[in-house]
Amino acid sequence: MKGLQIVVLGSIVPDPLQTLEPIVGPTGPALKNEMMLPAVLDPWAGHALYEAANLAKQVEGKVYLVALGPKAKLQQVMMNVAQKVPFEINVLDGPAGGFTDAAETAKALAGAVEKLPGLDKGKLLIFGGWQSASRGTGAVLQMVGELLGVTDQFQGVDEIKMSDDGSFTVLERIEGGSYQLSSCQGAPAVLGWATGNLPEPPNNPQVGMANMRFIMPALQKAVAAPLKGEGLRFQSVEVPSQRRETRIVKDAPVDDIARELADWIRA
Amino acid sequence: MKVLFLAHTEEGGGLGKAALEALGAAKGLGFELVVGLYGAEVQAGADAIAGCGAAKFLGVAGADFATARYGSDASACEAIAKAAGADLIVMPATARASRVAAGVALRLGAAVDTRLTGLEAAEGKVVATRWFYRQRMVGRIERDARPWLVTVDSGCFEAPSDMKGAASVEMLSPAVATRTVVTGVKSPAADAQTIRPEAKMLLVAGAGWGKSQAGGMKRLDEASQLILSLIGATKCSLGSSKSLVDQSGEGGALPFLTHMHQVGQTGSTPRHQKGLATCCHGEEPHVVGWRFITERRAINLDASCGWAQGKADVLYVADAFAVVKALVELLK
Repeated sequence: MKGLQIVVLGSIVPDPLQTLEPIVGPTGPALKNEMMLPAVLDPWAGHALYEAANLAKQVEGKVYLVALGPKAKLQQVMMNVAQKVPFEINVLDGPAGGFTDAAETAKALAGAVEKLPGLDKGKLLIFGGWQSASRGTGAVLQMVGELLGVTDQFQGVDEIKMSDDGSFTVLERIEGGSYQLSSCQGAPAVLGWATGNLPEPPNNPQVGMANMRFIMPALQKAVAAPLKGEGLRFQSVEVPSQRRETRIVKDAPVDDIARELADWIRA
Repeated sequence: MKVLFLAHTEEGGGLGKAALEALGAAKGLGFELVVGLYGAEVQAGADAIAGCGAAKFLGVAGADFATARYGSDASACEAIAKAAGADLIVMPATARASRVAAGVALRLGAAVDTRLTGLEAAEGKVVATRWFYRQRMVGRIERDARPWLVTVDSGCFEAPSDMKGAASVEMLSPAVATRTVVTGVKSPAADAQTIRPEAKMLLVAGAGWGKSQAGGMKRLDEASQLILSLIGATKCSLGSSKSLVDQSGEGGALPFLTHMHQVGQTGSTPRHQKGLATCCHGEEPHVVGWRFITERRAINLDASCGWAQGKADVLYVADAFAVVKALVELLK
């Protein structure tokens, strides 16, 4: 099938190397210095974006990135992401943290997808990460699909193979390192990506220049999406305090270490 | 309050470990219990938990519901949940149930929270525990909205025992509309299996295995052979860091590693009893994958690495190549 519209839903998360500390904010829990923390595109959303771009190349399709997050942070992250693959962005200016409600996020995103100019649901594939590195519910994509009436859904996807007639096959992760193979008659469908098979594309300044022509105006036109978090109450959020008394075994003969480990494994 | 335990059956109609643990979570709340099962066959599963104290058993069965598919599973769950009229719906966080849980919640107008590690009732309130930012922090949450659909992680709740009997299941027949066909399952051969959720131990291979060793040469063949030998000797599960998996994908490290082996910030969070980290520095993005490993040991050449900072029970400062070689000999 030619001309697929691949909408990737994804946002930003704190750089994994940062130390995260919860605080109590005016509207509930938040991260300390949240706006100061360096951010990256959520890793699974990133995989989804790269897979989307790869597929779009094969089917002469178009990739849209719909992102809900603080506009200023999104702008910083897009300076890098824009150099990877071609896409158009639609921005919702709102919180992207892990303490927001998945259902509220899904409603905001589904509304933004509905408003994409020229949207043809018969050619629509909704991509995203099967989880996020912030809230990690794995719930948003399913709900966006339901809100848009898309009930062919796949989660933990590592591969999609598209046929000429528009049908496709999908590999989904299941337990024990196995994959479930499915075939679907075609778009519309929802695919929650695991890591996929593609490496992160190298930076391409030409792609970056082309993308930025759309990204800057889209950021300026960002629609406010304040998520109220009504109905979800946090009794507490804390970094687990468990700290182990680590026994450091140094300068011990290899055979002694191996014997101790063997006894431990057998116990 | 009425609680619905909602789970899929396995091949043969029985219930898996994760489902039984979810039943333990639902039953542990102490409210009125309803059981809902879906799959190719449900009677065997219902009989296995007939004595769980449920007021009612609901079921959806048939060839349409044999495989894990969004369209059919969501219809089955929706029908059971509507028939049960429960305030709280508890599902296991298996791949199959997780694929549909949030979509079903939306159909029911329910609130949803997934991958709970704790669920308790106190003073008339239900309080759930779940982790945020990939196991970096833990939160306790509650909601007023009902129904409330939750999925619970495996390894966090005790499965009730001695519940066998004869259950009377009220069967439902929801319509299925889907354009998807499940065509099969692709699993590694039994002797090539390296991901074993049921194993007692997790072995984590870190990036050090793929780096230049003393003498300036990489010893990738030897590393592969040692790791596979240890897996063979212990029947443990294998995990890895993102960096080693990425190197392997580019042909630069261990050929049997895939992204499915990744644990930590960008991978899974296994729940094995024991964990042995090798050539991995114990930095936070890796260690979040160890959050639920009970006994932790590490082998590393750096005595001041992350593992030494209260993250492991024992840190062996030694050459992992030599230790694993000797260990395999002892375990043969």
